[in-house]
Amino acid sequence: MTHTSWAYVSNYFIYSAMAVYTLAFFAHAYETAWAVRAPESQAPTGGLLVKTFDFARTEKIARIATSFMILASILLFAGVVARGISAGRVPWGNMYEFSITGALSFAVAYLFALRKYDLRWLGLLVSIAVLLTLGTAITVLYRPSAPLVPALKSTWLVIHVSAAIISGGVFLLANVIAAAYLYLDAMEQRGERSAWAKRLPSLEVLDQLSYRLVAFVFPLWTFAVIAGAIWAEHAWGRYWGWDPKETWAFITWVGYAAYLHARVTVGWRGRKAAWLCLLAGSTFLFNYVYVNIWGTGKHTYSGL
Amino acid sequence: MQKENQIPEIDSAGMLRFLWRQLTSMRTALILLLLLGVASVPGSLIPQRSQNPMSVREYFINDPTLAKWFDRFSLFDVYSSPWFSAIYILLFISLIGCVLPRSLEHLKLARALPPLTPKNLERMEFHKSWQGQGGEYESAKSWLNKNRFRVREFDGALSAEKGYLRETGNLLFHLSLVLILIGVSLGGLFGMKGAAIVNVGEKFINIPTSYDSLSYGKLFSDKSLPSFSIKVKDFVAKYNLITNAPEDYTLTVDTIESPGALPVNHIIKVNSPLSFGSTNLYLQANGYSPVVTVRDSNNQIVLQGPVPFLPQDANLTSIGAIKVPDSNPQLGFVASFLPTAARDKVRGGISSFPEALDPKLLFSVWKGDLGLDRGVPQSVYRLDTSKMEKIGLHSLQIGQTFTFPEGSITFDGVTPWVNLQIVRDPGKLYALLGGIAAIFGLLASLFTRRRRIWIRVNENGIVEVAGLAKNGAPGLENEISKLAEVLERVK
Repeated sequence: MTHTSWAYVSNYFIYSAMAVYTLAFFAHAYETAWAVRAPESQAPTGGLLVKTFDFARTEKIARIATSFMILASILLFAGVVARGISAGRVPWGNMYEFSITGALSFAVAYLFALRKYDLRWLGLLVSIAVLLTLGTAITVLYRPSAPLVPALKSTWLVIHVSAAIISGGVFLLANVIAAAYLYLDAMEQRGERSAWAKRLPSLEVLDQLSYRLVAFVFPLWTFAVIAGAIWAEHAWGRYWGWDPKETWAFITWVGYAAYLHARVTVGWRGRKAAWLCLLAGSTFLFNYVYVNIWGTGKHTYSGL
Repeated sequence: MQKENQIPEIDSAGMLRFLWRQLTSMRTALILLLLLGVASVPGSLIPQRSQNPMSVREYFINDPTLAKWFDRFSLFDVYSSPWFSAIYILLFISLIGCVLPRSLEHLKLARALPPLTPKNLERMEFHKSWQGQGGEYESAKSWLNKNRFRVREFDGALSAEKGYLRETGNLLFHLSLVLILIGVSLGGLFGMKGAAIVNVGEKFINIPTSYDSLSYGKLFSDKSLPSFSIKVKDFVAKYNLITNAPEDYTLTVDTIESPGALPVNHIIKVNSPLSFGSTNLYLQANGYSPVVTVRDSNNQIVLQGPVPFLPQDANLTSIGAIKVPDSNPQLGFVASFLPTAARDKVRGGISSFPEALDPKLLFSVWKGDLGLDRGVPQSVYRLDTSKMEKIGLHSLQIGQTFTFPEGSITFDGVTPWVNLQIVRDPGKLYALLGGIAAIFGLLASLFTRRRRIWIRVNENGIVEVAGLAKNGAPGLENEISKLAEVLERVK
């Protein structure tokens, strides 16, 4: 096959992945909505009718939703690989490619976390976030597949960018969980959780989970920054130059370092920690969106 | 000093101790860390002199009042400003003040035994007890040893601890940050950085006057410039025919390491610089130098050779100035060079492809005083026309000549130039080592779980197992159940 036909293949895979993510989204939505429909049942102790929630009824659709997520992620992976084949390099040369790989990294981070923790409720948010990212990527950010500019021709592209993308996916997941924490916390402050939110994990579990994800990926992010510095020394003659991208990577690093210290040493938990986590995560997003598109400096590879 | 003496000594010492304790407290460190992040923000939004001096100059032209105020707060040099330095210096003092005592303490603990078994084990986070069958004590000891716990026996009880690596990693991480800072400072003090534009076919000799820009660290001397010279033999740039984006730059040079040595052929690419000891040479940018011959009214050659032009866009539409100080009157040309000439409705003559496929030189001719003797530094790419008069406007293709009353100009051809960046940074190795050590330290401190396990078998044969996980480390419950399982199997 030629380069162009591989590019078409990649686009078909991306579109198919989007279709299946949409199915996953609907399945998750159905699951969330259906669980609210509580049949009335006899309470075991008294004769009073008590409302309970029958999650067994949505178990099947929930499993289907997760299967869709897995299938969609496999299709997305194929799309990313085909894009790489069409360009004859790793598919990280412009912002379209960063975005599809980033969406993949986020979805895979979710699926991995799902193996260990009961996170299926998050599928609704993950599928819609991935869909929006892919949609933006293919409509606004799309660029024809082309070879790399000379500055990107280096092994460090593979090392630095993959570490940054994986870190980004996991940071994003930690942030979504921290946001869920804050939302549920506010709900509990007003009284009881709404019916649909009752099956979500306790605040304590969410708090721990977002911390563990950050603690797990912080060394990788440190590595991404240091690998970037080594590459910058190779390509630009200095390992650190306060280029906007570097500066914001540093700010994200400082933000999460402060988050980890606040938790481990000062003992922050719950609301304060969740806000700090979101603050640090938003610097990552700012770096990705603002610096890539409107920023100046040496990291201008968005292709826009 | 005088003033401090007037205050009673105990008070000032007490005050200092108070300040030191405040500075090295975790809360202060956390605030300083967050402050460092916030302080880094303006430098990414406002142009910085160290990266983009042109934009800073534009700021001063467009809004002089605001620019002056920005400058007062060092907002164009954020990362070398007093307030930014103050934050990170305080942060590092706080860090050292925190980490050094802890390191000493940790060293002392290196061979220490776990604390004694507490009296009431049931108060612990995890606790199990059952009627034993005998032999639990020995089997617990061997299990703990096998799982590499530090074990202490005292009064019929075992206390065990594991995960000292957590603190070791933590300290290693923070100490390696200090090493990175040392590396950065060494680079700043003993390093140098310079850039020079060299036309293909020309030679670069590594002496200060060869540079277009050169900056030294405070403790770097001119004499430390290594005595190499480079002849730029060839430069090939490949561009994508569809996107116009560059695909490859290859620079071929002959280097002479020291005067009298034999020339050695080298290839330099963007991601593979040339090294002379701790000095590296990078290919940083490229452009075109139109080659021109200027004659005066007597047909005498007053200027001949390549004149570097400055690229303005990705297709290398370039601008430049040709200055002829040796003619009478002095001549000057304000010129654009288009490697592949095209016309744009708004911008006029532009280049449509970065390769020199259809080169064209557009210029206006000026006569009068170039202003070169006034001692005011001038850009080589711009003509100061304040004391000059425009006498013509023309465009040339290669081989063509334009004649005007004061002389003539011939566009002979075009030669590429490369911008060589020459950098010496003796601190980078330390920064790299610091970076690697920091990652290992982080891994050790974030993935090691520190926990204690106690086992007591009392005279009635009741076995008690309890545990305590530091920093809420997960997994201890599992570990204790596993141990209990092993012990319950003992007959």
